[in-house]
Amino acid sequence: MAVVFEKTKALTDKPFHYCPGCTHGIIHRLVAEVLEELNLVEKTIGVAPVGCAVFAYDYFNCDMQEAAHGRAPAAATGIKRVNPKAAVFTYQGDGDLASIGAAEIVHAAMRGEKITTIFVNNAIYGMTGGQMAPTTLIGQKATTAPYGRVEDHAGLPLRVSEMLATIPKAVFVERVSVHDVKHIIQAKKAIKKAFQAQMEGKGFTLVEVLSTCPTNWGKTPVESLKWLEENMIPYFPLGNFRNTEEVK
Amino acid sequence: MAKELWKGNEAIAEAAIKAGCRFFFGYPITPQNEIPEYMAMKMPQIDGGCFLQAESEVAAINMVYGAAGSGARVMTSSSSPGISLKQEGITYIAGAELPCVIVNIVRGGPGLGGIQPAQSDYFQACKGGGHGDYRLVVLAPASVQEAVDLVQEAFDIADQYRNPVMILGDGMIGQMMEPVEFTEVKKRKLPGKPWATVGTKGERSGNVINSLFIDPAECEKHNFKLFEKYSEIEKNETKVETYNMEGAEIVFVAYGTTSRIVKNAINALAKDGIKAGIIRPITLWPYPQKAIAEAAEQASVKAFLTVEMSMGQMVEDVRLAVNGKKPVHFYGRTGGMIPTPKAIVEEAKKILGGAK
Amino acid sequence: MGKVTFDENRCKGCELCTTVCPAKIVVMDKDRINVKGYHVATVKEMDKCTGCASCARICPDVVIRVER
Repeated sequence: MAVVFEKTKALTDKPFHYCPGCTHGIIHRLVAEVLEELNLVEKTIGVAPVGCAVFAYDYFNCDMQEAAHGRAPAAATGIKRVNPKAAVFTYQGDGDLASIGAAEIVHAAMRGEKITTIFVNNAIYGMTGGQMAPTTLIGQKATTAPYGRVEDHAGLPLRVSEMLATIPKAVFVERVSVHDVKHIIQAKKAIKKAFQAQMEGKGFTLVEVLSTCPTNWGKTPVESLKWLEENMIPYFPLGNFRNTEEVK
Repeated sequence: MAKELWKGNEAIAEAAIKAGCRFFFGYPITPQNEIPEYMAMKMPQIDGGCFLQAESEVAAINMVYGAAGSGARVMTSSSSPGISLKQEGITYIAGAELPCVIVNIVRGGPGLGGIQPAQSDYFQACKGGGHGDYRLVVLAPASVQEAVDLVQEAFDIADQYRNPVMILGDGMIGQMMEPVEFTEVKKRKLPGKPWATVGTKGERSGNVINSLFIDPAECEKHNFKLFEKYSEIEKNETKVETYNMEGAEIVFVAYGTTSRIVKNAINALAKDGIKAGIIRPITLWPYPQKAIAEAAEQASVKAFLTVEMSMGQMVEDVRLAVNGKKPVHFYGRTGGMIPTPKAIVEEAKKILGGAK
Repeated sequence: MGKVTFDENRCKGCELCTTVCPAKIVVMDKDRINVKGYHVATVKEMDKCTGCASCARICPDVVIRVER
């Protein structure tokens, strides 16, 4: 018998602290597998966010830095400018990237920083206990939107991929999901393309991964996958918004 | 009115609403999330109430600035790292002489630090934090009831002097549940706000809310004006509590929840025949220098022991006030570790040269 | 034809793996708990395993090792 699937060497042995069924674990694994398969682990420097993934530096087997909330793209900019040949990635949630870090991500994309951002979108603030995120859906309840998000008061959820895809130096932008095995496989392909584009020096790359938060959605892990498919995908359509082939 | 059991953070939010606060801008950060969450629930039920979760603490303090400049009673809350983010906005509010209330539920630092209680933001609150010559009125509650009373008074102090006021709590004040009675805090006679930007209505020239004085003579004049105001505040608003000071051999200085732990130590020392007292600053700025200077002249007093949940910040102000007359010692735990009465008793005995 | 091994102390009983197995042989063992206190995922009819690795791919905690 041959081994067809085992834990990648790009992940440490430390068990994940995430809630049962949290898709952070899947996404960490996909990123790590891509780094191993592209032979990048030894020259990778990752930047961890503030959010549930704040301890991400314990799980990836490469150099990691922790950034202040929302500032990961700025830290990554400094890292990549000093280490132009490194594979630099940021791993950010929807609060980190789309709320407090909205300026930093836009400007990293504007400058075409040759980094890869993994954007974990679960439509809620996980670590701080379930407050509204910029990506929280209309009618969805959160602790700071106890009556449900109302468009007149709080606007409509932010579609980060579509928005960043308008920036010329954001050369690879794709939205994927991890709610079933087929989509997990597609997500990994997108993450791989993103890192490849970075290493080819093409520009800023981002993969938005639709994810679950069973704890703050108040659902079981299995129910959460369904909720993602039925509610998030209609508003956050999957697909590629910017591909390096288009870039002159 | 009956006493009710309230969680500190929620009581602080309710107190603000009772004081007439109608605008709250904040951002999630542990351990103060119940403040914005309570505001999110209550403000929509109040006529003219507005809660908004900003995209960051930086954005939140700038929303406060705009609302304050338009004459509103407005508040924000955060915890240590978030308060660091607000520093630029805070100096703008102070420089533009705008009233507002800022709540800091202090956690371990520096940097991302920890989420447990600490008192390591004293320097930040009282010695600047932001750039330029300005002061915050800093109020330090030691219980949820006191937090409720001080929050209500904070809005009046802010309006009376046109200055930002900070409530310096800690993770324990925020997370504890204690009995609270919401009483009507004595209302002050407050000036109107003809300076606010509400539209000229054709009745006057335009108001400008800013902190820029590009002519250096004007800028200096403005700074002198601010400091005349700060003199007034020092004269009128200093608050301090003393306990068991008569015949005290050792004088503790502590604030906030730490003062309650010290009081336990004082009672334990009394059982061992050691007379210990405490001076508890309630306003950290203006600082009760007078009470400490007077205690330093007290014949029975052999030494001061400052106890803080930090590496020693307020102790510097104690030393300044004691002015070399008696030795000043420090004992602290930090990072979220809480000092115990037992350790404080041992420290006091060590200073006094062993148990009696 | 296929064989899966569970690193049981990593398992958090989230049950995602039980929903994706085409042979429907991944089940939660309700008779015992692991060191974390969770009911772990397990396979009792290993002879039906095809080694497709669907369970391993959806597992958020890298619990499952697949051989074929």
